Order: sequence, then C-alpha cells, then structure tokens
Amino acid sequence: MDLLSKLLSERDWLLADGATGTNLFNMGLSSGEPPEFWNTEKPENILKLYKAAVDAGSDLFLTNSFGGNAARLKLHQAQGRVHELNKVAAELGREVADKAGRPVVVAGSVGPTGEIFEPMGTMTHELAVEIFTEQMEGLKAGGADVAWIETMSAFEEYAAAAEAASAVSLPWAGTMSFDTAGRTMMGITSADLAKRVEAMVTPPLAFGANCGVGASDLMRTVLGFAATGTTRPLIAKGNAGIPKYHEGHIHYDGTPELMGEYAVLARDAGVKIIGGCCGTMPEHLASMRHALETRPKGSLPTAEEIQAKLGAFSSASDGTDGNGPEKRERRRRG
Amino acid sequence: MADDDEIILSELSDDELVLQMHDDLYDGLKEEIEEGVNILIARGWTPYDVLTKALVAGMTIVGADFRDGILFVPEVLLAANAMKGGMQILKPLLVETGAPRMGKMVIGTVKGDIHDIGKNLVGMMMEGAGFEVKDLGINNSVESYLAALESEQPDILGMSALLTTTMPYMKVVIDTMKEKGLRDDYIVLVGGAPLNEEFGKAIGADAYCRDAAVAVETAKAFVARKHNQPNV
Repeated sequence: MDLLSKLLSERDWLLADGATGTNLFNMGLSSGEPPEFWNTEKPENILKLYKAAVDAGSDLFLTNSFGGNAARLKLHQAQGRVHELNKVAAELGREVADKAGRPVVVAGSVGPTGEIFEPMGTMTHELAVEIFTEQMEGLKAGGADVAWIETMSAFEEYAAAAEAASAVSLPWAGTMSFDTAGRTMMGITSADLAKRVEAMVTPPLAFGANCGVGASDLMRTVLGFAATGTTRPLIAKGNAGIPKYHEGHIHYDGTPELMGEYAVLARDAGVKIIGGCCGTMPEHLASMRHALETRPKGSLPTAEEIQAKLGAFSSASDGTDGNGPEKRERRRRG
Repeated sequence: MADDDEIILSELSDDELVLQMHDDLYDGLKEEIEEGVNILIARGWTPYDVLTKALVAGMTIVGADFRDGILFVPEVLLAANAMKGGMQILKPLLVETGAPRMGKMVIGTVKGDIHDIGKNLVGMMMEGAGFEVKDLGINNSVESYLAALESEQPDILGMSALLTTTMPYMKVVIDTMKEKGLRDDYIVLVGGAPLNEEFGKAIGADAYCRDAAVAVETAKAFVARKHNQPNV
C-alpha cells in the first residue's frame, strides 16, 4: 500500500504543508525567476523549505515543482529540463522525509499548464496528458509517493493530469482552486467536483480545494463537498488570509491563531488532509498542529460559524445552494 | 426557452435585430453576429453605431454577468470570440469612416508571471468595449513595457500578475515610469488574482481592477476623465 493510503487509513487527520512561493520569496527568490530552477541552483533553500514544514508538524509536503511542466518551463526556455527539475524536486523531498523520524509523504506537486483547452483555447487532451506524464515520470523517478495535482481551474485539465498519474502508475490526489464567486475560474462548483471525481476511471485517493480567496471561502467549498455525502477523503489547503503589500513585500493577513481555527473547522467538517496555501508559514503550521491535537472534535460547522471565526465570504452564493444569480432568460434562441 | 432556431435575422426590424445580437453575443454565436453586422451595415447603419449599439452594448451585458458570477470564463471566451468575428468586419470600416476611438491599451503580465488567462480576458473584454489593445503577452520586463509605451502611445497601461511572487514587479515598472517622468502620461491599471485595491494604491497604480468587467468600466471612466482635462 502506498504511504498516503496507509496514513489515511490509520489517522483521523493529516497535516499538510503551507506555502511554497511565499516561503521561497522570503528566502530571496526574485520576481521573474522560476522557483523550479532553485532545485538545482539552490538545493539548500529547497531542503530548508521542506524541512521547515516537517519540523512544524506536517505529515505531508509538496515538492517544488508546481510550474515544472513543459508548457510553463518553455516560457523560460527550460522545456528540456522537465525530467531533471522534477526528479531533483522529489529527491530533495525524499531526503528530508526519510530523515523525519516519522512517516512523511512526499507529494509531487503538479500545477496547471496555464493553457486553455479546446474549443476555447488550443490545449488538447492528448497534449496535456503527454505534458503531465513527462513531469510525473520525473517526480516518480525522484521518489515522490503520490502525484499531487493542484490549483486547477478546468476539469479537463484535472482529468488529463489524473490520466497521466495512471500512465506512470502513481497514486494521485487533486485539488482545484475555487476563486470566482465560490467556483473555479471555469465555473466548476464544489458539488460538481465531488460528483465528477466519482465518475473517473481512476478516482483520486483524496480530493479537495486549495488556494482560492481566503480560509473562509475555502471552508465554504469544503461544506459544499461534505453536503454531497462523499465518503472520499477531503483535502483543504487554504490561504492564510488575504495578501497585503507592505514595504516591498507581500504579507498575508491571516494570523497563526486564525489558521488554527481554520484547521479545527476543517477537521470538524470532515476534512482528512488539512494544510495551507499562499501565506502559510511554518508558524501557522505549528499553530494548526497544536490546535488539531489539543482541541476536541466538534460538530459540522455552519456557514455562519465559519464566517464568524474566519471572516465573511467573498460572494453571496457559491453556486451550490440554488440561491445564486440566475443566467438570464434568452428571448429567442435556446 | 423556445426550441425554434428558425430566426431569420434579415427579417427582424432594426430594434429586434440589435436585441437578438445581444442575445447571440451572450450565447457566443459567431456566425450569427457576423451576419447581423453585415445586415446592419447593408441597412445603412454607420460602423460606429453597429459597434456601440449592437456589439459593445451586448458585451456590456456579458461583462455584467461575468462580474456578478453568473457567467464564467468559458462563456465569456465564446462571447469574445463572437465579438471578434464582428470586429473583423467593422475594423476597416471604422478606420475608413474616421469613427471616434475609445482609447488604446497596452497590456501584459509582469516578468516571471506566465499566467495569462486573466490578462487575455481583460484584452478581449477591452476589445469588446471598442478599445484598441496591444497585447505584450507574458513575462514582460520594465524595458518591454517602456518600449511598448513609446511605440504604441496608448492611453492605458495594464499589468497583470497571478503570483504573489511577481506582484511587486508592478511597482518596479511604475517606479521606473516615475523616474523617467512618464508616469502621469498614462492611466495605469493593475489586476490579477492575489491583488487588491490596497495593493494597487500602495504601488502607485491608478486603479486595481477585480476582474475583466471592472477593468472595462474603470478604463472607460478614466479615459473620459482624461479627455475632459484641458489641453490634452
């Protein structure tokens, strides 16, 4: 059995990691530099990134390979380095995980290509599968335990990445970013995703949401998953609040205490893999771990409770309650 | 919704046809839009009236529903594509007739940022609103923005970032414009998922635009204001 499946069967919850970009930026990654280059140029910083998450209590962390697909590396003339950069990202992860003294999952991060699918755009299913397969082969060769598909907006792309994971025989988990009035940019609701993963040939070990707007909106998305009655393990990786600009730096306004509240709410809503995304630093993770270990399990939180503790939702509806704005009635054509 | 697809555009009155074109833009029907544009031109409409009353007005509805979370990116892309079909017919006619210009925008994502879906949407919606758009693509350096400002002479500079790691580069661009004394010659609009109004203010942009529809509204307001200034 793969390590993630094993931990999911043994534990009530797992703590995932926090931000990759925000942390690397604080280590001096400059604007314009692809973070994946640091896997080979500054491996000490990547080891530090991973180790900080593990030391703060993470049971699972993502590799520094989010943009490591050919479509995105091409923009830095590095499309020939896909295998190498992903393999190293996972190898560095292995090195940290194997020294942790407890089981820690190395999750090979796979982000979007940035391209739009046919018929609106030019990306095809075949090409996307090929691109993700190349990346995942690198992650697998470097020792990743699982392919971690994240921040997706289009279900076509999510599915293409899942197919690639099957092609390289890696178990997979996958999250989408619900950042537009509670849906993904392409209009997918939480209920849509919960339903669609069950119809997949190889469904994920776990599915859920990452990034998006803030921790509060992310929890609304989680309630949307839970309301479908899904029994599949859920993932919540929310941002530590909202980004603010402060003296040349980006700072997220979510405090460690707020992220602790968020972690408890996520667990009480039935989430098994709880982590952060942008702005989530090691101190947030430590606070989340502490809250999860010390606070008793509560009942399923309500939307009101979530807003009272984490802040207001960014939109009135998330498209799952039937109360959202209706598409206008067309007068003539269907 | 009636299932009769038997609408003959050429049999509709002008008013009905314009409303039908708003519907067809909403539904992203490119061929129907092209047909509608040709009919109105043949009926003696000025290209400018076709642009503003049929196309821009229709895209305004699309923009409003996108802003309100009713339409999402796939529908907007289809609508923009239909609009583009109509624009291809109108563009040479607009030039010939010396129709008034809405304004011009140079747009691109900042250095390091290769997300471009949002930026493309803004470009399409701006074109949909009648603006001329020069798209610099992704991963733009200060030098590339400045060169485009010089060669294109736009009214507006639009910058987009989707990563927190690339957002601060927008300030680098604006600071360089200030150093060169160019800042006040342009309306600077910024956008992108991790941004917010406070950030826009902090880096010295004229406005932060939450989405493509807001970008269009903001651009229109600023251009109108700019044109009201004396001696400009």
